[in-house]
Amino acid sequence: MNNERYVLNKELAQMLKGGVIMDVTTPEQAKIAQAAGACAVMALERIPADIRAAGGVARMSDPKMIRGIQEAVTIPVMAKCRIGHFVEAQLLEVIEIDYIDESEVLSPADDIYHIDKTKFKVPFVCGAKDLGEALRRINEGASMIRTKGEPGTGDIVQAVSHMRKMNSQIARIISMREDELFDEAKNLQVPYDLVVYVHDNGRLPVVNFAAGGVATPADAALMMQLGAEGVFVGSGIFKSGNPEKRANAIVKAVTNYQDAKMIAELSEDLGEAMVGINAQEIEILMAERGK
Amino acid sequence: MRIGISAVQGAFAEHEKILDQLDIEYIELRKEEDLNTPIDGLILPGGESTVQGKLLKELNMFEPMKKKIQKGLPVLATCAGLILLAERLSNDDNSYFATMPVTVRRNAYGRQLGSFHTQADFGNLGDIPMTFIRAPYIDTARKDVEVLARVDGNIVGAAYKNQIGISFHPELDSDVRIHKMFLDKIVLSH
Repeated sequence: MNNERYVLNKELAQMLKGGVIMDVTTPEQAKIAQAAGACAVMALERIPADIRAAGGVARMSDPKMIRGIQEAVTIPVMAKCRIGHFVEAQLLEVIEIDYIDESEVLSPADDIYHIDKTKFKVPFVCGAKDLGEALRRINEGASMIRTKGEPGTGDIVQAVSHMRKMNSQIARIISMREDELFDEAKNLQVPYDLVVYVHDNGRLPVVNFAAGGVATPADAALMMQLGAEGVFVGSGIFKSGNPEKRANAIVKAVTNYQDAKMIAELSEDLGEAMVGINAQEIEILMAERGK
Repeated sequence: MRIGISAVQGAFAEHEKILDQLDIEYIELRKEEDLNTPIDGLILPGGESTVQGKLLKELNMFEPMKKKIQKGLPVLATCAGLILLAERLSNDDNSYFATMPVTVRRNAYGRQLGSFHTQADFGNLGDIPMTFIRAPYIDTARKDVEVLARVDGNIVGAAYKNQIGISFHPELDSDVRIHKMFLDKIVLSH
């Protein structure tokens, strides 16, 4: 991937800002998501809550199913491949997916190495729970970052802690003297030039979304107020009582994330939220996959 | 002079950065009440046109914005913004403000793999860097629309009365000449 392509890929993420990316498993759900105002959809066979329930190995979705979703909507379509599974990524590139999510939600295919994303023309988004992970993924070629959160739980606590951790690490780097940045790069196990970028610009070099556990309009607004530039909603929508209404409400809450009065109105009569599992009660912490 | 930037979704912060550079005051338009503040120009940024069109309508911003445009408020619309201005879309039954007599093709270059960067002549500004992200282009324009730029024969920039519609993203490059051209239009309108 040349630098121009990488810049274009970062710029697509910039166009998604202030928007909501929704998990969908069928063309029908994709249409509902688009009509509700999703700025992109994530095509996958099973949403994280069901992956948790089913157990076993979770893999990339059937390309035919992804194509069906690509044909159903005009907004960008993303799809997940397993961490380190560069052949799944090659297949997604061939079917011209708009964004690949190298995702801890699926079972990792490699327990050490992530995909060398610089070898691809299509853009990648990756999860991170702290600044070190985010900058390592960016160094490997990711052009968008999202918090890992804890997918499929409907519990926002992990996404909040990941976003806060990243913010406080960025704040620390901003306040450092330039001669301290070398040591910080060593501590974070990331390239020095990326630490310098964060020091000079006060932010990641790519767009940063929130993901993992967003279930309500208030959850989405919480992540936006904590500095997320947009939100992924996975199980939260199609595992709830009234997906359409909830999706609509979350989209508006992201646009007007500082307007408590509007979010209160949006939160009325949404029906049942996804049941949710407490992140401490689960056996597999997906966020621990791929560091 | 104060510019209103539609901020319901998309890359509005990038336009703000350019206005900061040019030392121009602006406000973000996120809800109905925001449109009560007087503005001298409007920017419709890139993003997803389906999302922006829907939010503008449901947040009751659509009709007041459309009225302002029809009354002559200068508008700079990039990418998704151009789709909102278009009278018709050649591959979509929806239309939005429909204040510019052009037919626009959405996602005209295909998916993200079709996104590209180039340089081409723009109006009388000379060569301008152009970044196309899942971009539209103008299929046909009525005779009284001024074509500002073409890439590979397709119209990628046009002006009609108070409106400038562009299928690429001047806000992503460091060149500020298109924004200056828009600001000149505002000064002339007074």
